Amino acid sequence: MAAREVHMIVIGGSSGAIDALRAILPALPTGYPLPLAVLLHLPPTQPSHLVEVFRAQARLPVCEPDDKEPIMPGTIYVAPPNYHLLVERRGSFALSVDLPVLFSRPSIDVLFESAAAAYGPHLAGVLLSGANEDGARGLECIARAGGLTFVESPATAAVRTMPAAALQRTAVAHSAPAADLGKLLARLAATPRPVEAS
Amino acid sequence: MISPTPSDTELAELLDAVYHRYHYDFRGYAEASLRRRLASALTHLRCASVGELRARVLAQPRCFSELLQFLTVQVSDLFRDPSYFRSIREKVVPYLRTFPSIKVWVAGCATGEEAYSLAIVFAEEGLLDRTLIYATDIHPESLRVAEAGVYALDRFARFSDSYRLAGGHGSLANFYTAQYSSAILDRKLKQSILFSDHSLATDVAFAEVELVSCRNVLIYFDRPLQDRAIGVLRDSVRRKGFLGLGAKETLRFSPHAEAFTEAVPEDRIYQRR
Repeated sequence: MAAREVHMIVIGGSSGAIDALRAILPALPTGYPLPLAVLLHLPPTQPSHLVEVFRAQARLPVCEPDDKEPIMPGTIYVAPPNYHLLVERRGSFALSVDLPVLFSRPSIDVLFESAAAAYGPHLAGVLLSGANEDGARGLECIARAGGLTFVESPATAAVRTMPAAALQRTAVAHSAPAADLGKLLARLAATPRPVEAS
Repeated sequence: MISPTPSDTELAELLDAVYHRYHYDFRGYAEASLRRRLASALTHLRCASVGELRARVLAQPRCFSELLQFLTVQVSDLFRDPSYFRSIREKVVPYLRTFPSIKVWVAGCATGEEAYSLAIVFAEEGLLDRTLIYATDIHPESLRVAEAGVYALDRFARFSDSYRLAGGHGSLANFYTAQYSSAILDRKLKQSILFSDHSLATDVAFAEVELVSCRNVLIYFDRPLQDRAIGVLRDSVRRKGFLGLGAKETLRFSPHAEAFTEAVPEDRIYQRR
């Protein structure tokens, strides 16, 4: 059986997602090898303080990527406000100021779709608490490309709309409370997983 | 519905066709954004595939100008990223003041908001009379909008906030006239700006200037095209002149980095060595 390894994790969320990330990020140990891109909806005109917030929680380095920033292992990249964040196939980030998608810039769909195109089955996508449906389409793209999908369980999410929309659209592999998502993500790096029969 | 992703070959064939027939070169554009823009164009133009789009674009120049709209769509604001304009005013203008005449180049000006924002800063600093601003773009329709200098009035509440955050001395209302639902920018601003066609992908430097402002343009280019474009910008900035980039653009990954020092790192303003 061929081994499927995850090479990158993308996480999206909106209202209530900061608290979910406070539960998830501390579960990732020092030396965790996978890169993570974290995208939360933010007011466009203010500087983001998410980097400081996550630095206080995470044992991994946290930064806002610049355009063409190479994606490095074990780093948490936080999407900057007022830009779309995309992943290029060469393993670097790209940014755009194209129009908002579903009223959002950054848009989770834009990040997830580009990452699915770049990483295919080697991508894991996580959708957290949020009050709109951004990310549902992106998570579907990840699933179709053979990647792993996770949502924060709508029953425990602060705002259920976002994960519920994804569940309605896609057969998401794992739906779990935030604290459990942290453990699941921590385990992704531990062992290559066998490919599920399709 | 998720439309099928065009193959690399289909994409390359379309861009080659556009280049050879219309001399617009998108072959070095960053792929992830380009694919998204192309997907919107396919939906809007009701094309089932990139192959069909290519055939139509080759046969109908009008279809090409519609496609161009999608590939170059660029929306900006007056004083987008106010701290950038504050730094231009507080850190760059004092230096520019020492020159008898000042030339500025806004590369990739889209519909003109950035060029007008700079013109307003220079006007308030008493420099506009001896300043010439070149504002260039590849998209003729955007240049027409830019040259007209007429924008929707309902955008100006936000523009005024940004203007104040950018260190504006007076009121933004001093620089436009409201007419029905439009704001018409002051003739004095327009007279200081020369709008024209220029491509960072295919053209070379055309003037030596004291300040180049090229923001959120390089993000659409892949690394080799970025290197080319930054080379053109470098050749255009005089010694000790300035280059301003977008908030998330950097010279860190560029072979031209050593031609510049970081003048205002937090606002991505560089100074030519």
